[in-house]
Amino acid sequence: MTALLHVDNISKRFGGFIALDGVELEVQPGERLGLIGPNGSGKSTLVNCICGTLQNETGNVRFDGHVMDGLAAHQRTHRGVARSFQLPRPFHSMTLADNLRIPLLYTVHARTGPLRSAGDLNSRCDELLDMVGLLKKAKQMPRDLTQVEMRKLELARAMAAEPKLLIADESMAGLSHSEIDDILALLVRLNERGITIILIEHIMRAVMSFSQRLAVLVSGKKIADGKPEDMVRDPEVVRAYLGQ
Amino acid sequence: MSTARFSLIAIAIGGLVMAFAHWFQVDYLFFASYTILQFIVLATAWNILGGYCGYVNFGSAAFFALGAYSSVALIKFDAEIDSWFSEGIAGFLHHIFPLPIPVLILFGALVSGIVGFGMGYLTLRLRGAFFAIATLAMAVVLQTLIVNWDFVGGSRGAYIIRPESLEFAGFQINYIEYLFALMLLLAVIALATARTIERSQLGFGFATIRDDELAAEACGVPTLRLKLIATTLSGAFMGMAGAPFPYYIGYLQPQSAFGLEYAVNSIAMPMIGGTTSWVGPLVGAILLGSAQQYATVTISSAVNLLIVGLMLVAFVIIAPNGLIGLVQEWMRARRRS
Repeated sequence: MTALLHVDNISKRFGGFIALDGVELEVQPGERLGLIGPNGSGKSTLVNCICGTLQNETGNVRFDGHVMDGLAAHQRTHRGVARSFQLPRPFHSMTLADNLRIPLLYTVHARTGPLRSAGDLNSRCDELLDMVGLLKKAKQMPRDLTQVEMRKLELARAMAAEPKLLIADESMAGLSHSEIDDILALLVRLNERGITIILIEHIMRAVMSFSQRLAVLVSGKKIADGKPEDMVRDPEVVRAYLGQ
Repeated sequence: MSTARFSLIAIAIGGLVMAFAHWFQVDYLFFASYTILQFIVLATAWNILGGYCGYVNFGSAAFFALGAYSSVALIKFDAEIDSWFSEGIAGFLHHIFPLPIPVLILFGALVSGIVGFGMGYLTLRLRGAFFAIATLAMAVVLQTLIVNWDFVGGSRGAYIIRPESLEFAGFQINYIEYLFALMLLLAVIALATARTIERSQLGFGFATIRDDELAAEACGVPTLRLKLIATTLSGAFMGMAGAPFPYYIGYLQPQSAFGLEYAVNSIAMPMIGGTTSWVGPLVGAILLGSAQQYATVTISSAVNLLIVGLMLVAFVIIAPNGLIGLVQEWMRARRRS
């Protein structure tokens, strides 16, 4: 099977600081990959390089058989990569429904041509809000939401772009036990629909129950990649991230 | 309401004002209303970039002046035809020149639109205060260029002789009424455009740029392209507002065309009215424009900027979202109770 995402030897520097140093990563279609590593290990930089927010200096990123280097973030979204942000970044001046309307208008339209009528758009927004349990608040503003609802909105907005690959960047940080289960269940449901998911997370309980495979980044290098249960026993991973 | 219907209603209202002024035979009414209409166009144009996209442009005066000076350049060109060209070509050119004002307006829009596009391309990677400073710098550069361009009068300025009247379909139309009608049409076009943008995909895209550019890109919004559309449109409308100005004022000099009042008013009017909707700049321009006209007649024209400053300070404190925001808040509170 050919990989959906193929990250080939990419590096990124910020001045003298090497954020990513020859990272290789393959993600198969339909896979649930967990990406872990200590703070500052380059997880978010890797996501930014995959999504086009940053451009990698060496190596390349291939997605769905196409090289994506040099493409802007919105072009990569059009190709089928969606992400949620570590700190939720909703559009503050719009209602929840309108927040979801943006990817529908700009990504789904761009991909399939302007086929959707206004009614279609509204029902699609409602469907997405219903999926994350926010339908009742469709007309409210993001400032009226709680932390967990904000994370759900963030995921719903990423899903609205109808992606092939969803990258969830720490979408559970700061949430309670039951809220984490909530988000996890949501992510599993999305995966069952055929969406490949990369989960970046510090909460090991969530990562372990979700991931089929784990990749570990430390100081901009991938030090291990394999089955979750093997990874947590890997001496190098234990030393660098989990602690003795 | 469809855009066509909206435009018709707007033209009807303008026609009523015009008929009223015509009936009283008060030229001053036309002069004063022209200024207010001009500010409606400027404020609306500023709001397309500043209000919808959140990019504050301090260089409005430069775009306005470019429109005005492109007209002056074309008028001067007309005057030089005989000395520059051989008889044959000159004869041909005399068929085309002098250009009617609507063509000057289109030309002004083109020049300012191109400069808007260029400015956008060079500066839109800057955000916030840095973008604002860059627009201000651009205004200074352009003013320096105009001051040193002898053909359009340089720092001396240029005199444009306004015809007394215009013959149109057998009617003699007072020239100031003609200018007023043109500016009225421009205001309607600007408002209709802003209103259409606001309700379209483009408007949603602009709003995402204002809220969060990174998230906008992640949602598939081509932010750079949208910002270029905004700077070009905004610049073009400001140029349009400026193009008939030489005929209105009669004597154009860099200090007046690049005047502080244009830059300040085009920011203050949308801020006072409210920046999120097309109604804001309209309300702000009418309110502030009328107050300034009133002050010019009763106190002195120097008081103008003082009025703007005071009102801006007052609104920033009392109603940061402008009058429209104030009304919306009031309506929301009433619905809740």
